[in-house]
Amino acid sequence: MNLTLKVWRQAGPESEGSMQTIEAEGISEDASFLEMLDVVNERIVEEGGDPIHFDHDCREGICGACSLTINGVPHSKQQGITTCQLHMRKFRDGDTIWIEPFRARAFPVMKDLMVDRSSFDRIIAAGGYIDVRTGSAVDANSVPIPKEDADSAFDSAACIGCGACVAACKNASAMLFVGAKASHLNKLPQGQVQKDERVLGMVRQMDAEGFGNCTNQYECEAVCPKEISADVIGKLNRDYVAATVKEAVK
Amino acid sequence: MEIREKSGNYCLKFYLHGTRLASGFVRNIKQAMVSLIQPVISFWNSSIGKKILVALSGAFLVFFLIGHLAGNLLVFTGRGALNDYAQFLHEMGHGKGVWIFRIGLLVALVLHIAATVALTRQNRSAKGSQYAHNATMRASRSSKIMIWSGLIVLAFLVFHIFHFTIRVNPELADMADPAQPERHDVWGMVIKGFENPLVSLFYIVALTLLCSHLSHGIASMFQTLGLRTGKTKDASKIIGIALAVALWLGFISIPVAVMTGLLKADSSGYSDTKASVIEAQIAKQ
Repeated sequence: MNLTLKVWRQAGPESEGSMQTIEAEGISEDASFLEMLDVVNERIVEEGGDPIHFDHDCREGICGACSLTINGVPHSKQQGITTCQLHMRKFRDGDTIWIEPFRARAFPVMKDLMVDRSSFDRIIAAGGYIDVRTGSAVDANSVPIPKEDADSAFDSAACIGCGACVAACKNASAMLFVGAKASHLNKLPQGQVQKDERVLGMVRQMDAEGFGNCTNQYECEAVCPKEISADVIGKLNRDYVAATVKEAVK
Repeated sequence: MEIREKSGNYCLKFYLHGTRLASGFVRNIKQAMVSLIQPVISFWNSSIGKKILVALSGAFLVFFLIGHLAGNLLVFTGRGALNDYAQFLHEMGHGKGVWIFRIGLLVALVLHIAATVALTRQNRSAKGSQYAHNATMRASRSSKIMIWSGLIVLAFLVFHIFHFTIRVNPELADMADPAQPERHDVWGMVIKGFENPLVSLFYIVALTLLCSHLSHGIASMFQTLGLRTGKTKDASKIIGIALAVALWLGFISIPVAVMTGLLKADSSGYSDTKASVIEAQIAKQ
């Protein structure tokens, strides 16, 4: 199939970027989206040009490295998948495809389609962990956890930290990510001890990184490759109020 | 001599002790103020804190709208009932009640606007550059125009207060209840006010935008206050839309009824001014 790509090209973090039109010819419909970019890049390199830079790693939808906003939607309009799981058969021959980096001030563009998502790492470092004695593994059933809690904690833990939620949000809010990471631990008994400091720490880091504020439009939920529910945002709000009150009177 | 020295020492000690006490007291007050103000400032500075203020002030304003509508609908029961209700509002708590409410509403409104404007500015800055090709998956139209629907409703509110509360138009201000000429004829004023098609049109447009604002706002309030869960999310959305539509229907029913002639001023004459009614009574005597 033959496609017209409109790709964001930016030489470096400080450079001005612009959209570049690139023709992608003879693409197999069995190729994945990233394989299509690989083919395009090979041709660009053969012609002595600068290949399109983009993030990728496992190409199995589990690492959270790949990004790309495809036709205005992070990871494309296909629900519940990452860009690497998108196949060219979802497009039609002759289509024009817009490929842009994840847009948010807290995700600065490094080059072309690559963005710096280390702000997420700093949010995790601000509370997305539990302090436990390491050593011999504890018996899995030594702490009984209700099935419902375990399931819902696991749903939150499915977050791969790709940043699509931020990219889809018109406010570049990271509430779905922070909500998922906080409730993943807050729902489990092991996470209770540090629940309040976790919520306050992560929300403060989120604000400090310059992410926006949730306006409850749930675009994040619609594009999340792991289909994490915006219920985690409600829980984060609830936990934040409780933690703020406790901190004020303590 | 010794005694004098001793007493001098005592005086000095007492003085020093006093200043120490006083400075300790000032320090305690300072600490108390800091411990009170610090959480308030950090709450305001946090993204979720400002949103909670928006939700709480919004909830207060929605409760006011429900009460306001219930009062307004008395217009359909006739002049006496609405004017009695208006008189009750103005005389409640020796005339202080209405001012307590007004101040409360003003505080809620100022908080709601200050926080949303601050949030919107932060949000625009957080996004930075926009997509060349933009698309949305789920966001409702109402949710995309919240700041604009809100600001147009604010403009309407200013007009509405000048129109029916301050009554800058003497024709509306001087209307007297024919049965009790010492009180204002609110019922007549409402009907006369809405007989102006431009006033009715602005009212209906503003209330339609308010309905749009609330259809997203009420459901958002549940989420921001942490009341939206897997079990309650559908209910919160339905409550938001149902309440918005119910308020819209209720409020616009009045200008629509006036415009279509269903609600008319009776022959007792809504155009009678206080002065003319009193003159007529004097003439009778």
